Amino acid sequence: MSDPNASSIRPGMGEPGTTRTSHEHHELGFIRKYIFSVDHKVIGIQFMLLGLVFFVLGGLFAMAIRYQLAWPWESMPVIGDLLFPNTGQAITPEFYTMLFTMHGTIMIFFVIIPLLTGAFGNFLIPLMIGAPDMAFPKLNMFGFWAMIPAVGCVVMSFLQPGGGPGSGWTAYPPLSTIASASPGSLSAQTWWLLALTWVGFSSMMGAVNYVTTIVKMRAPGLTMFRMPLTIWALLIAALLQLFALPVLTAASMMQISDRVFQSGFFTPTNLVINQINPEGAGAAAGGQPLLWQHLFWFYSHPAVYIMVVPAMGLASDILSVHARKPVFGYKPMVYSLCSIAGLGFIVWGHHMFASGMNPALGMTFMVATMMIALPSAIKVFNWLGTLWGSRIQLTTPMLFTLGFIAMFIIGGLSGIWMAATPVDIYIHDTYIIVAHFHYIVFGGSVFALFGAIYHWYPKMFGRVMNETLGKIHFVGTFIFTNGVFYMMHQLGMAGLMRRTADPYDYESYAHLQPLNVFITISAFCLFVWQIFFVWNFFHSMFWGKRVGRNPWNAASLEWEAPSPPGHGNFDSALRVYRGPYEYADPSVEEDFLAQTRDIESK
Amino acid sequence: MLMRITVTLLMAALLVFGIVSWADYDFWLMGPSPSHYTWWWPEEMSTLGQHADNLFWLIMVMVTVMFAITMGALTYSIWKFSAKRQDKAVFSHGSHKLELLWTAIPAALLLVIAFSQMSTFAAMQFDSSMEDENGEELPVLCEIWASQFDWRFRYPGRDGRFGTNDDFESAYELVMPMRDTFGDPDKKKVVFLLRSRDVLHSFFVPHLRFKRDAVPGMTQRIWLGVDDEQLAEIMADREDKSFDIICAELCGWGHYKMSGRVRVLPDAEYEKWVDEMTALQFGNS
Repeated sequence: MSDPNASSIRPGMGEPGTTRTSHEHHELGFIRKYIFSVDHKVIGIQFMLLGLVFFVLGGLFAMAIRYQLAWPWESMPVIGDLLFPNTGQAITPEFYTMLFTMHGTIMIFFVIIPLLTGAFGNFLIPLMIGAPDMAFPKLNMFGFWAMIPAVGCVVMSFLQPGGGPGSGWTAYPPLSTIASASPGSLSAQTWWLLALTWVGFSSMMGAVNYVTTIVKMRAPGLTMFRMPLTIWALLIAALLQLFALPVLTAASMMQISDRVFQSGFFTPTNLVINQINPEGAGAAAGGQPLLWQHLFWFYSHPAVYIMVVPAMGLASDILSVHARKPVFGYKPMVYSLCSIAGLGFIVWGHHMFASGMNPALGMTFMVATMMIALPSAIKVFNWLGTLWGSRIQLTTPMLFTLGFIAMFIIGGLSGIWMAATPVDIYIHDTYIIVAHFHYIVFGGSVFALFGAIYHWYPKMFGRVMNETLGKIHFVGTFIFTNGVFYMMHQLGMAGLMRRTADPYDYESYAHLQPLNVFITISAFCLFVWQIFFVWNFFHSMFWGKRVGRNPWNAASLEWEAPSPPGHGNFDSALRVYRGPYEYADPSVEEDFLAQTRDIESK
Repeated sequence: MLMRITVTLLMAALLVFGIVSWADYDFWLMGPSPSHYTWWWPEEMSTLGQHADNLFWLIMVMVTVMFAITMGALTYSIWKFSAKRQDKAVFSHGSHKLELLWTAIPAALLLVIAFSQMSTFAAMQFDSSMEDENGEELPVLCEIWASQFDWRFRYPGRDGRFGTNDDFESAYELVMPMRDTFGDPDKKKVVFLLRSRDVLHSFFVPHLRFKRDAVPGMTQRIWLGVDDEQLAEIMADREDKSFDIICAELCGWGHYKMSGRVRVLPDAEYEKWVDEMTALQFGNS
């Protein structure tokens, strides 16, 4: 154990675990306090609101996709006239490609990553490690404001001729690079790439900040192995971003260069696309489309873990608090996070088993992919170990966390088929894949996020969300989520390919429409059901029950601060004596032992 | 109490439904099926696809057991370890033995899956799978050309060479012989060249469990092998003796309609078809 006195005052950072409030005599104006704020809590809530607004937009896109799949080319009642006045109130094929492209883009880059690392990363890191703020508060503010040009670029891409990019969130060239290949590749694609670059810029500033803050600003006594798993997970996610993002940025620049300056990184020779030869039109050639896939997945596979690792951390914390029991196997949990991160960099090729990549390389990626299932399995077993012999309180955060575990089990297990190359050849890009990653990202990450919002809401706003509404929200969400995504396994078994606007002309798919109608109705219900959350979220902000510092009787540091914490977070100096999960310790009367409580000197 | 019952029931329902739906293949065959297609994958009729299907079922067994254990433990815990029934939780930080156990067993299972599939994958994709006994490359039947949004198949014609005057093209329908000249069912291989004129496409034949991207700028050698007995059995009561080719990689707005068909003919009928096509495209030769 390291000496708690070892972390002394560092220039410019303030003493860890102490407050800065005493130095701040002047009250900040509204704009500095809530708009251009350098306070990590405000920035976190800004990220959260941005993410939730985009969640609605991405959800609406999903609903439109579902409508088309259930009733292809049929005119939309009520809103059809407004949205599609020139095409018989119906979705067009071009519009459909835009829908799934932007559904994926928005959900990944504007919802899940900002909510997990942006919102909860910002809000929780300083509070959970007992720091007054982030290491670089201004950089943190710029991190949020870099999202605004990203939003602007997305809006611009919708306004381009062609109505938005249409080459999927993976943007495979030459479809994405050659203007004649798709209406979305005229100019919308360039704006899309710029949006991605800005999001990367934002994530990068966040990641630098998170790593520095976690490494340098922990409260006295808070050793690495006394950190909550949320902090470990956010540290790992930040490291993944630091190492993977530069590759995506470089790749985006290469694609922009191909599109704008006619370079030929990804354009092979002798193409004839829509009767136009790109070389004849002035483009350089001699490139290789597979290069983009390697570069893109070198970022985007770690990004998949960026989208789930923080959720695992949040879930572990919520689980321990509401099960009133220490996390089972804390160190194996940390090591499995680390190995997910390590292996996460050498499995990107499993997105490319059918791409024409050298099969010997495919074999290597297959073995690495098989092995990355192991740390995920270890995490599931440890969550179950945490629950075993616990004292489960079925609060709303706990319900969503239990839902997270169930969904993660399904999504994790279905991944094993995808790693098995001969099977993957069949199921690659079918709806089984869609089912799999929605179980992880929606059933997993979004459930954990809902749990986290219900759990840390009192810390954010000083009031709790309504429990009854929360429980109604959970039950409906759980049922409809399975209604939507479970049946997609069956579509995938029948071989249904994703991204097909109207599959029913194929003999193999003609009989699948009833199943799609069922999924669509479930999806509509799932979407509408979120009203319970939206109402609860905003209503509780002003009229929820007020609570004190520690409404859940949790042991970790953030609950030592007032709810909501003022500028500088803590109003007394902190010293940490133990890990964050000391529940049910028989040596004390209460069922929890706070990290800061000194029982020996009493 | 109400919540405890509700959540336990929800989890139990997912557990039961998960096991039934994943482990019981017949469950999905009851789906509405006006044609020969079900809510499960189409019949398999290739020489190699059976290996992939077997691997699928091997994983199914392991996954179902794992699912039953983990979901079962989750459901049971929610019911059993309710706060109302316990005073205090068990004070435990973990167990080294258990960690070792649940690391070693899944690791072993995963390695079994990893190694048991290697030979099948090699037989599917390695170049050596497209050579005869002497290490010579097997002859190419035709070039598969993908472009927005159709499939074209260029045959070398009677002289067996591409780029000569007797090359002919078939659009939409890929016709291939069974090639049972070796007499050995495992050696029924027909080799193709897969190419794209414009953007990425993917050549997907569900019945043959085959999928490969057509990459512009790359010419890939691929092979398909049809099990003639399976084929005869499956096609016996069908009028249309061909089956779907599906584009499996987003290729633009018309991606959804980029379809084709495969028709497999006995060798003699195939030769007749080549004659017909030649006559059709060049007059009597």
